[in-house]
Amino acid sequence: MITLLYFARLRESLGTGREELALPAAVKNLGALRVYLAQRGEAWAVEMAAGRNLRAAVNQTVATADTAVTDGDEVAFFPPVTGG
Amino acid sequence: MNVRVQEQDFDISAEITAMRSGNPKIGAIASFVGVVRDVNDGDSVATMTLEHYPGMTEKSIAAIIEQARGRWEVLDALVVHRVGTLKPTDQIVLVIVASTHRGDAFAACEFIMDYLKTQAPFWKKELTPQGGRWVDARVTDDKAAQRWEK
Repeated sequence: MITLLYFARLRESLGTGREELALPAAVKNLGALRVYLAQRGEAWAVEMAAGRNLRAAVNQTVATADTAVTDGDEVAFFPPVTGG
Repeated sequence: MNVRVQEQDFDISAEITAMRSGNPKIGAIASFVGVVRDVNDGDSVATMTLEHYPGMTEKSIAAIIEQARGRWEVLDALVVHRVGTLKPTDQIVLVIVASTHRGDAFAACEFIMDYLKTQAPFWKKELTPQGGRWVDARVTDDKAAQRWEK
């Protein structure tokens, strides 16, 4: 299982801030996970679309599409940050 | 070096007093306070709600402070960032940097703030007369952070 977290606009449009997911065998990295989530359709297809300005972290460290995702990881998706 | 994320307000005077009383080597303290404005992108702002990623927020700010320590003499540093719902005139963020001399304190304080704006996982949602809206990231903030890479 992996833990998925969604923040800010994503949390609202996806209707959830957190879920546990059994990692599909074919999903080895963040890019593949994003494609997998986009296939859920509707808001997921919109927010996870390739052209969408989306940031992500694996185990609380900023990650890119080729960052490995393995069982037990905490993966977060969020919009560009706007603190300060 | 200290990082706090909290709902409650902060007292800059008390924080500076605590920092300088603990270290007689300190000769300069620079600070920055971010405040909620009543207008953004032409619309009046009634409230601003800040959300963050607990855990990653503290880690990323601590990493930014470490980067600053690698570039300047930083004897002590404090970042306090508020979350929850704030209103215009409320304080949002505090950065305090102590050094031996002012040059390093000024530079490190600005660096920490520029990197915090583009890297620390906070998100702002404004309530305007048109309803709630998520604040978009600004290109000018990216440029402010990038100039430290030159």
